[in-house]
Amino acid sequence: MSGVVAARVRRPAQARRGASTTESAWVRRALIGVALVFLTLCVVLPLATVFGSALSKGLGAYFEALGDEESLAAIRLTLLTAAIAVPLNFVFGIAAAWLIAKYEFWGKSALLTIIDLPFSVSPVISGLIFVLLFGAQGWLGPWLSARDIQIIFAVPGIVIATTFVTFPLVAREVLAVMQAQGNDEEEAALTLGASGWQILLRVTLPKVRWGVFYGAILCNARAMGEFGAVSVVSGHVRGQTNTMPLQVEILYNEYNFVAAFTVASLLALIALMTLLVKKAAEWAAHARHARAARTPAAAIAKTPSKAGMVVP
Amino acid sequence: MSVVVRGVTKRFDRGSDVAAVNDVSFEAPPGKITTLLGPSGSGKSTLLRIIAGLEEPDAGNVSIGEREVTRLSSSARQVGFVFQSYALFRHMTVSDNIAFGMSIRKVERPKIQARVRELLALVQLEGYDDRFPAQLSGGQRQRVALARALATNPHVLLLDEPFGALDAQVRVELREWLLGFQDKTGVTTLLVTHDQEEALELSQHVVLLNEGCVAQAGAPHELYDHPATPFVASFLGAANVLRGRVQDGTARVGTLAVQTPRGAGEGASVHAYVRPHDVRLSKSRERRDGMAAGRVERLTRVGGLVKVSLELENGDPMGVQMPKAEFDSLGLTLGDRVLVDLQDTKVFLEDYVI
Repeated sequence: MSGVVAARVRRPAQARRGASTTESAWVRRALIGVALVFLTLCVVLPLATVFGSALSKGLGAYFEALGDEESLAAIRLTLLTAAIAVPLNFVFGIAAAWLIAKYEFWGKSALLTIIDLPFSVSPVISGLIFVLLFGAQGWLGPWLSARDIQIIFAVPGIVIATTFVTFPLVAREVLAVMQAQGNDEEEAALTLGASGWQILLRVTLPKVRWGVFYGAILCNARAMGEFGAVSVVSGHVRGQTNTMPLQVEILYNEYNFVAAFTVASLLALIALMTLLVKKAAEWAAHARHARAARTPAAAIAKTPSKAGMVVP
Repeated sequence: MSVVVRGVTKRFDRGSDVAAVNDVSFEAPPGKITTLLGPSGSGKSTLLRIIAGLEEPDAGNVSIGEREVTRLSSSARQVGFVFQSYALFRHMTVSDNIAFGMSIRKVERPKIQARVRELLALVQLEGYDDRFPAQLSGGQRQRVALARALATNPHVLLLDEPFGALDAQVRVELREWLLGFQDKTGVTTLLVTHDQEEALELSQHVVLLNEGCVAQAGAPHELYDHPATPFVASFLGAANVLRGRVQDGTARVGTLAVQTPRGAGEGASVHAYVRPHDVRLSKSRERRDGMAAGRVERLTRVGGLVKVSLELENGDPMGVQMPKAEFDSLGLTLGDRVLVDLQDTKVFLEDYVI
């Protein structure tokens, strides 16, 4: 008997070390080493360089570069663009994902392909499409200029191009979650008397909220960082149609390295904060779940599992 | 309330001739448990979803009580549906799950809370209010799903393979529990299952489906004792299938006399279905006409029952089942020669099978 107990006690430790799924020590170290070197070279070093170069002439130069009128305008424009593009794609993305996940209709696969289009086409081409559409020589150019509406080389063009390029992010993310979770809960809600809107608001959206959240975060990051498409439609008017990535390029080409890296560091900071927000939200959700698990534990311990089944 | 299904047909693939449900009609009596029983692919789940309004039939109609609901949306049918996967709202607590239907109907908060408490007591899950579905066991989820389906006092309760995802012991316990539970609530219940034992034990009415059609409907013992077709005889309960022939006006399998089906001509081929508990064995030497001799090939003890595997004179195998006490008084051992007599058989003409 004692032998059996001893064997049981030892097993977890053995499982951790000697299980057939675990590699030998040197393989593990080599793998970790490769991953570390790669991460350092490709992620940590560039990031450090950005901040290092930005602060190379001291904090004073950093804040001076930040206070520059044109850079401030670029920051404002970037925030404005993201503030319009992200909510738009939020709505479009959820609508498209809902449509594709829940309904069968003619042309569904075509719609799926179109959603992926902004990813498969080079951003520069995406920008060009809008120049051809809305530019002075474009299809709608004469009509627009007759009404004094400026889209290309102005803020609307930048917003449109950014929205286009970032469109798949929310849609794809939400669609994947919806398809993975199936329709059962929606059908249950339907049999319980819920209408289409009620199902969307009370069942589907809460169900896919993490997909929506990640999609929106990715969409935001891409919207702020987009270069190619925006570069084509922006026209690079200083202080007016330059977003942060464009401003970085201009400053860099002018050998104004401190200013260029200062703006770049701001972009990097936004990216880091995005990740932090995502992580914080995950922790919060986890904590909520854990708390709910703890509270009724005492009550359950008292109820023998079988007692619940007896018919009174 | 009763559920009446008339001439319901459903094809999933428009072009094909194969219908998932083919001209099915039946009636589920009010206040009783009716089972839709059948092998997988027999259309039983589709039928249940049609009754719930989750699928639209191509033809036929469905009534719940006096009301025809065929064109009615699922949300207006007042049915409680328990999914095989339970389909609990994973982002809601147990009490929010149960309250969902009532909050959709704008029931006042105190009333909702009182009803949730009442239902939690009914499904014996007091104290689990604030748990999330992910923190419950399969049997507990099942009962939350039941409580949620019952919260709005549905006219009928529809259960799709309710015990399919549970392990054997929990399944048997929940079956008992559901019987008592249905007794208490008195709600008309339709239950889909592929498990014939479950159907025989749980329901007052069985609709046996095969390939989208009703094979036979009636009380469980009726189907068991008087199967209309070989399919019914073989699907409900275990049976030995023996091939025989009509000679001198009597159907025989080897020397064994079996019931002669009506309208059987001389020399017609028959299939006899013999339940393992309908076989009588004896060690006496007094062989009457219609008996057969066999040899004991294997003995298996299952709880209070003993399974005896025989080989008959003509080489046919036959499974016999008897209570332990009877087995002991017989004193059977391996290799014994015994006489076989049949108490009851269901015999069908050969062409009936195909």
